[in-house]
Amino acid sequence: MTIQHQSSDVQAAAPARAAFYNDPTVRAIFWQVVVCGAVLALIGYLVSNALDNLARQNIASGFAFLDLPAGFAIGEGMIDYDPSNTYLRAIVLGVLNTIKVAVAGIIFATIIGVIVGVARLSPNWLVARFATVYIEALRNVPLLLQLFFWYALLVEALPIAREAYGPIMGFYLSNRGLNVPLPDDIGFVFPLVGLLLAIAGSVWLYRRNKRIHDATGETPNTIVPVLIMLVVFPFLGWVAGGFPTAFDTPELKGFSFNGGGVVSAEFMALWLGLTLYTASFIAEIVRSGIQAVTKGQWEAAGALGLRRGQILRFVVLPQALRVIIPPTTSQYLNLTKNSSLAVAIGYPDIVSIAGTTLNQTGQAIEGIAIIMAVYLTLSLSISAFMNWYNKKIALVDR
Amino acid sequence: MMQPIKTIALSFAAVLLAGQAFAGATLDGIKANDSLRCGVSGSLAGFSLPDSQGVMQGLDADVCRAVAAAILGDSEKVEFVPLSAQQRFTALQSGEVDLLSRNTTWTLTRDTSLGLDFTGVTFYDGQGFMVPTSLGVSSVSELDGAAVCVQTGTTTEKNLTDFFRATGMSFQPVVFEGFEESVTAFINGRCDAYTTDASGLASIRVSNVSNPDDYVILPEIISKEPLGPVVRNDDGEMFDVVRWTVFAMLNAEEAGITSENIDSFKGSEDPNIARIMGDEPGMGTAMGIDDTWAYNVISQVGNYGEVFERNVGASTPLGFQRGINALWTQGGLMYGPPIR
Repeated sequence: MTIQHQSSDVQAAAPARAAFYNDPTVRAIFWQVVVCGAVLALIGYLVSNALDNLARQNIASGFAFLDLPAGFAIGEGMIDYDPSNTYLRAIVLGVLNTIKVAVAGIIFATIIGVIVGVARLSPNWLVARFATVYIEALRNVPLLLQLFFWYALLVEALPIAREAYGPIMGFYLSNRGLNVPLPDDIGFVFPLVGLLLAIAGSVWLYRRNKRIHDATGETPNTIVPVLIMLVVFPFLGWVAGGFPTAFDTPELKGFSFNGGGVVSAEFMALWLGLTLYTASFIAEIVRSGIQAVTKGQWEAAGALGLRRGQILRFVVLPQALRVIIPPTTSQYLNLTKNSSLAVAIGYPDIVSIAGTTLNQTGQAIEGIAIIMAVYLTLSLSISAFMNWYNKKIALVDR
Repeated sequence: MMQPIKTIALSFAAVLLAGQAFAGATLDGIKANDSLRCGVSGSLAGFSLPDSQGVMQGLDADVCRAVAAAILGDSEKVEFVPLSAQQRFTALQSGEVDLLSRNTTWTLTRDTSLGLDFTGVTFYDGQGFMVPTSLGVSSVSELDGAAVCVQTGTTTEKNLTDFFRATGMSFQPVVFEGFEESVTAFINGRCDAYTTDASGLASIRVSNVSNPDDYVILPEIISKEPLGPVVRNDDGEMFDVVRWTVFAMLNAEEAGITSENIDSFKGSEDPNIARIMGDEPGMGTAMGIDDTWAYNVISQVGNYGEVFERNVGASTPLGFQRGINALWTQGGLMYGPPIR
């Protein structure tokens, strides 16, 4: 009785309800359902229409071809592959090649970009002008031309394999690429583990010392123990591995080098082109980020007695990063997508391999869909990572 | 370089949006436009390459002209569309061109899975290798471990792999999208060898390098490459027209009819010749074109022998012998079924 009474009271107290179709929540949901439905219907129509058209033109469709043997050879790759493997494996190889050049490009473009960006603001006239010339020259010439330039330079300027430069034992530079010796003994795993341990230990020590510094103001020595760890741990590993010495050294045999590893001329040209081009954009972003930090910060830090390098490192760059990260993310995405120009200079990236695949199978739609899906996945992954990093360094209220 | 992707993306959109196609649509479309859109290579001397006046010259280009003469009565009503190896099938599938005459190899997969039909063979070719003379190589069996430059989107790429697998030799492919880039990389010494159809090698040797004697074409031919025109398989009439245009050129050569002397055959008593001349009705209307189609083809473009000699024959820089491309009556493979 009481409960019923209360509920009827509540109903009476509520204002007269509008008809449900005037309810803003209901309306919002209704329109969203309508829009989503329309988009899905359109996609469904396009897909079914495409399938109909393909069937009527007797063009094969579907992804069954991925399981068929590819039958074409690929110049380089990070996983074992031979022509009797499937198209799927060939495509995975292409994706890995794209990732390889993108990661290498992003790392070096960032390093060069930051250095050049800071250099452009240098009080040293020569350094600042040099940085300006670099930026203006590289970001104003189309990337494709730069790739052709670097590739032609590498292939024309470097000697043929038979006359390769070999100043250091086991390393050969020719117009085929750079051939390097690779460790050829399972015992080499131990020093590698030692190195990883040393790096992990260094990170731990750095954090611990920073905590001590923040808490007490004292500065425990970090450099010396880190150096010791970096030398001793891998050495101990090497001892543990039984003093392995075997290297797989490249040797000229017939036309080319056998053994060891190779960084191909195509990879070098693509990596150089992408790195230097993107670095010029990142340099401008870094410059604008630094300039966005008010002059007062420089002056205040200077008044505390910090040197220019210290001001940059401890005061300005941490603040500038918040301005720098979002546009730099776009540059990372651009670099990744620009790597699709690889096909022009013969580097087997995903576009090249999917291109060959779609040409052999005739399934253009599937081929293009695979390329789009790969770039979309790569780009979204980079975005997600950079957004996470951006959040991490964002200004925190203390 | 983005061109192929653009073409493929465009035809992607075209396939998504295109409506129903009708039988005979291609032939009707050509007549309505009063122009034949013909896909060619545009960069292969002897087959299709613009001359100093910008006019497309070559055997493939002349096949386009012959088909235009058959359908429209005028061999000049051709719009040449240069296509890369990778673009070509998509361009034809999506209707960007009406006919593909681009040194294209006839294979089972291409004939069955692309929605296209090969109408016949205009040039019997085979894949070979070219190396710098300085390399001192005289046979493909000495190419173990070689870096080989090759253009993507071709049967060449797969033959190359098959050949090295079959012989148990290793090689490093360096694959380029563009023809020019692949040749340049070879000339600059990136690769030890370049591979494509033997006709293509001869063409590169005379038109892309500064001194032909610096390069030698190895004697071995590692594959069969029958090159011929391709049409979409949604239009049987178009297929017939293209196929019989080439047959008419072969039959004319066999009968001794050339572009020079064709008018002297007017009113011939020989019914086989009368049908080529269009004096006997019904030979063109059966395919939806004018009865004088064969006359137009021969008088404006010439017979097969004339076209061969003009573009790739002994008097040209390419200097090909007729070889297996001679008429069947002279020990070759070229055979035109009877026009009757």
